[in-house]
Amino acid sequence: MIRLEQVSKVYKTSTRPALENVSVEVDKGEFVFLIGASGSGKSTFLRLLLREEVPSKGRVYVANFDLTRMARRRVPRLRQSIGCVFQDFRLLANKTVAENVAFALEVIGKPRHTIRKVVPEVLELVGLEGKAGRMPHELSGGEQQRVAIARAFVNRPLMLLADEPTGNLDPDTSQDIMLLLERINRTGTTVLMATHDHSIVDSMRRRVVELDLGRVVRDDARGVYGVGR
Amino acid sequence: MRASFVFSEVVTGLRRNITMTIAMIITTAISLLLLGGGLLVVRMIDNTKELYQDKVQVNIYLTNDVSASDKQCQNDPCKGLRSALESDPAVQTVEFENRDQAYERFKRIFEAQPELVKLARPEALPSSFNVRLKNPDRPEVIVQTYQGRPGVDSIGDQSQFLDRFFSALNGVRNGTFFMAGLMAVAALLLISNTVQLSAFTRRTEVGIMRLVGATRWYTQLPFLLEAVVTGLTGALVATGLLVGLKLAFLDDVLAQPIKSGVVKAVEAGDIAFVAPILFLIATVVSAFTGYVTLRLYVRT
Repeated sequence: MIRLEQVSKVYKTSTRPALENVSVEVDKGEFVFLIGASGSGKSTFLRLLLREEVPSKGRVYVANFDLTRMARRRVPRLRQSIGCVFQDFRLLANKTVAENVAFALEVIGKPRHTIRKVVPEVLELVGLEGKAGRMPHELSGGEQQRVAIARAFVNRPLMLLADEPTGNLDPDTSQDIMLLLERINRTGTTVLMATHDHSIVDSMRRRVVELDLGRVVRDDARGVYGVGR
Repeated sequence: MRASFVFSEVVTGLRRNITMTIAMIITTAISLLLLGGGLLVVRMIDNTKELYQDKVQVNIYLTNDVSASDKQCQNDPCKGLRSALESDPAVQTVEFENRDQAYERFKRIFEAQPELVKLARPEALPSSFNVRLKNPDRPEVIVQTYQGRPGVDSIGDQSQFLDRFFSALNGVRNGTFFMAGLMAVAALLLISNTVQLSAFTRRTEVGIMRLVGATRWYTQLPFLLEAVVTGLTGALVATGLLVGLKLAFLDDVLAQPIKSGVVKAVEAGDIAFVAPILFLIATVVSAFTGYVTLRLYVRT
């Protein structure tokens, strides 16, 4: 599903590489935590997978796409097969819950009858049935993140990227969100989650890839957050 | 591509920046109005030239003694000149006017100023040949051929006066085009600025669109259409202003010269000819500006 081969990324404005000689392979259906301190290269890792950046060296493959050789006009198709969730939810404040989810389908040109069918389905999956007509500001943080997950998942992507999805949530709500991500993972969707949250990583016991100063320093099949430190 | 979606995005975008939208429409409209005015002047010049085309004459004035002695043009040098003119390939028609006829005409022209008529004597007016040319653009041929011939006093070339008249009109045209150009620069900058502003206020939407894999066209078309819609609205306003100015102002001011046939009126048909040009230019320019702006300033 994801393969990075000796990838390095150097930003023009920085002398130290953001990623250095990183090789990681993630299979279809895996659940992987990407951990590391701020500035360790997690965000660059995710941006490479979305092809918001291209590597300075090495190769990146996502879902059979060779991202290093991909033409710009094909990037939208890549992104349609990836769902994204962020710490700050990134919902549209002037649209309802259902409209926010529908937006993701409208802008890739899905027909209206499909949208009418799948939006309620995915809202039910994330536990927001009955809140379709609410505005984002009427929802709790946890509910807003559920909307964002619904939006990321509504097009049934092969892979879900989550950048600190629980960063703004209290522990109980975070736990709910993790349960939801697990549920999505069980449908066969690969989930890659960048996080700082020790307790979540420790309780889930999933694969952990740790970055430090742009290098992979650990890759455990069933890891915890703080081992060896 | 879902048209309803794009359309609602365009409307939202225009309403969100309503002050900028209005400023953009006004500058575009004024720029196009000036351009349209310039184009109308061009058409007026063409029409007026046509009006004069078959009226332009070259007048060959005869010397005083010929004017006095040979009133029917029966002897040389008058007779010789006439037959030379009549057989000249550049000449269409020749009319002889003796000094009595000239005096009659003079009296008719200056009917309103009897003191001027009183002062004038037939003896002061020369006989002349009024020559109409096959090619009215080339009066100098006649001037060169007949200047200085015996019996010829001077040659009056009406087209010289017309040239001055038209060069004044050309000046007006160039002036309006220049102003139109200046306003167009302002309009371009405003369009570019508004597109940037619009893209900035909607950066969250655009960010999400990019993330979920919307194509470049989907993300950018609303902004492009916003520019085009304002451009077209500007063209519409400009056309309305042209019609309004014609009815309320131009028709009145030029009523006298139009009636006496000095200039051609600006017809509704002229505006109908100019309006599509304005719409076309508005569309092309606003779309192009929008596209370039998005290319340069908005990351996709």
